[in-house]
Amino acid sequence: MININILKPTSSNFQTYLYIGSALIFIGIFDVFLRSFFNINYLTFLPDSLNLFFPLIIGLVGLQMIRLEYSGNRIVDKINQNINNNSFNAGLTLIIIFLTLLVIPPALDWMILEATISGDTKEACVATEGACWTYIKVWFRRFMYGMYPNDFHWRINTAFIVLIAFAFVGYFMRGKLKNYITFYYAILYPIIAFIIINFLISGGSFGLEWVETNAWGGLSLTFIVSFFGLIFCFPLGMILALGRRSELPIIKYISIGYIEFWRGVPLITVLFMSSVMFPMFLPSDAFVDKLIRVIAAIILFEAAYVAEVIRGGLQALPRGQYDAAKSLGMGYWKMQIFVILPQALKLVIPGIANTFLALVKDTPLIFVVGLSEVVGMLQMAKTNPKWLGYAMEGYIFASILFWAICYAMSKYSQYLELKYKTER
Amino acid sequence: MSESIIQMKEVNKWFGNFQVLKDINLEVKEKQKIVVCGPSGSGKSTLIRCINRLEEHQKGQIIVDGNELSEKTKDIEKIRAEVGMVFQQFNLFPHLSILDNCTLAPIWVKKTPKKKAEEFAMKQLEQVQIADQAAKFPGQLSGGQQQRAALARALCMEPKIMLFDEPTSALDPEMIKEVLDAMVNLAKAGMTMIVVTHEMGFAKEVADEVVFMDEGMIVERAKTKDFFANPKNERTKLFLSQIL
Repeated sequence: MININILKPTSSNFQTYLYIGSALIFIGIFDVFLRSFFNINYLTFLPDSLNLFFPLIIGLVGLQMIRLEYSGNRIVDKINQNINNNSFNAGLTLIIIFLTLLVIPPALDWMILEATISGDTKEACVATEGACWTYIKVWFRRFMYGMYPNDFHWRINTAFIVLIAFAFVGYFMRGKLKNYITFYYAILYPIIAFIIINFLISGGSFGLEWVETNAWGGLSLTFIVSFFGLIFCFPLGMILALGRRSELPIIKYISIGYIEFWRGVPLITVLFMSSVMFPMFLPSDAFVDKLIRVIAAIILFEAAYVAEVIRGGLQALPRGQYDAAKSLGMGYWKMQIFVILPQALKLVIPGIANTFLALVKDTPLIFVVGLSEVVGMLQMAKTNPKWLGYAMEGYIFASILFWAICYAMSKYSQYLELKYKTER
Repeated sequence: MSESIIQMKEVNKWFGNFQVLKDINLEVKEKQKIVVCGPSGSGKSTLIRCINRLEEHQKGQIIVDGNELSEKTKDIEKIRAEVGMVFQQFNLFPHLSILDNCTLAPIWVKKTPKKKAEEFAMKQLEQVQIADQAAKFPGQLSGGQQQRAALARALCMEPKIMLFDEPTSALDPEMIKEVLDAMVNLAKAGMTMIVVTHEMGFAKEVADEVVFMDEGMIVERAKTKDFFANPKNERTKLFLSQIL
């Protein structure tokens, strides 16, 4: 009997099919690779459309030939299960591989091989087709420190180094001091941070020149806004979450009202109001710095989201935990602090991380009130007449920065999840 | 025997329109062991949850160790600290080790120094024979071990009264005995106990009196021997014939 479907392998002839199929797939991928990286097309003798689709066709045939259930080869089984279970998926897989191969060389060219980083003026970039990293290099200090005077950049650097150092203090707390670790991070550390930033970055005393917050900017401002946003919106959100579940009607409805109000308005209007409308309600001689107003607005706004995330965790706890805590004679606060919140917060680490990442990525919105963190500085640099036309480099730079920050936060949240995992 | 440590007079409780407790009158003297039994939904659990006010009663009087329980009771925590409870689902705190489970309340509620609390907790854990598990987390223990840990946790508060809400119902059969043994030891040590359970063997061995509940009422209350030997109420007879 003649086997009609010659593309279908059987377990007896699978070895042969495997060799031929793999060879075909390899030829297909190799063809695209040559075209993409070396601009060589060794199939010019074929008609145009066939020439174009040749790798896809030959790859599909190859994949078809190795598609056998329980082939006995672990790698082949994995491929068949995940990316080669039917012709459609096989086609998608090939197309993705080919597109990746096609995209890499031009991207590589643009970003590295043909890119320029030398020189200090736009002229250095005119000659090349590639990216102009000179632009980033020239503007780097602005992207980091905004309009903060160049001579004082050391103050920002010192402030951040000191802040990081203080952040590690808890790590060295041993013995009796360990009981105060929460107190330190929840209350003392924010105060220390505020004092450091106030005296070192803002200045105005100890012989340090006053730098008004309008001049602050760049990545350092992103950090300052995110930092205070994160450490204050968390406790506020926690209190709101507890408030919303309170049995006292006044507290409950105030919390619900607060949460629903702040979740219902867009951040951009909140920022705008904090900067433009809020001062109108203040007595004429009172003055609250714009940056503080903006940070406060972000805290109030994000707290509503954090509250709802935490409430989700509170609701996930079985009633028995409350019963057990009460039956041991714990009052409301002891029960919440020692039994309920530790478990609820552990449950909502992914949700909190989500909210915090969103907060960090929302900071560029402070642009609307005239504060320029790193993306804001980018906007300015992009419209500078001497440096027109390099928006792309700037945005890629900003993306890399934000991605690095957010990825680090995401990794840290995963670490926390593991650290507090006590179930089997 | 001395006077009653728990007095319930005409206690009524509703969940919405549904009346769970109807005119409950119950007195428990110090060192008495009482077993409460009855079909599910008869209000047994609600009854003992009212004693430490995990449930609020709407009518009647509950007096625990001289303190009346009502909305006006200020230091409900103080009363609860004197009344230990063991739950069907153990309700250990999963984020704390067994030892921390046992010392949490003594340290923060009774303000016992940490070292002393830990020593006492280890003693209690030894009593229930899981001292070797002290550093583990609840999730790493078997059901029987968890329930014994929960018992030790309650005992660490040195309660005057112990309430048991179906302590063995969520356990595999071979683990029931280890928990019951621990409870028998506790009873022999002279603890006042109210136990909601279906373990009639335990009732026969330990209980001074058995209370039978149905549809929110106490149908029959009798000395243990009499209760099993010649139950008076028809409902009780039926119940006993089904579970014995």
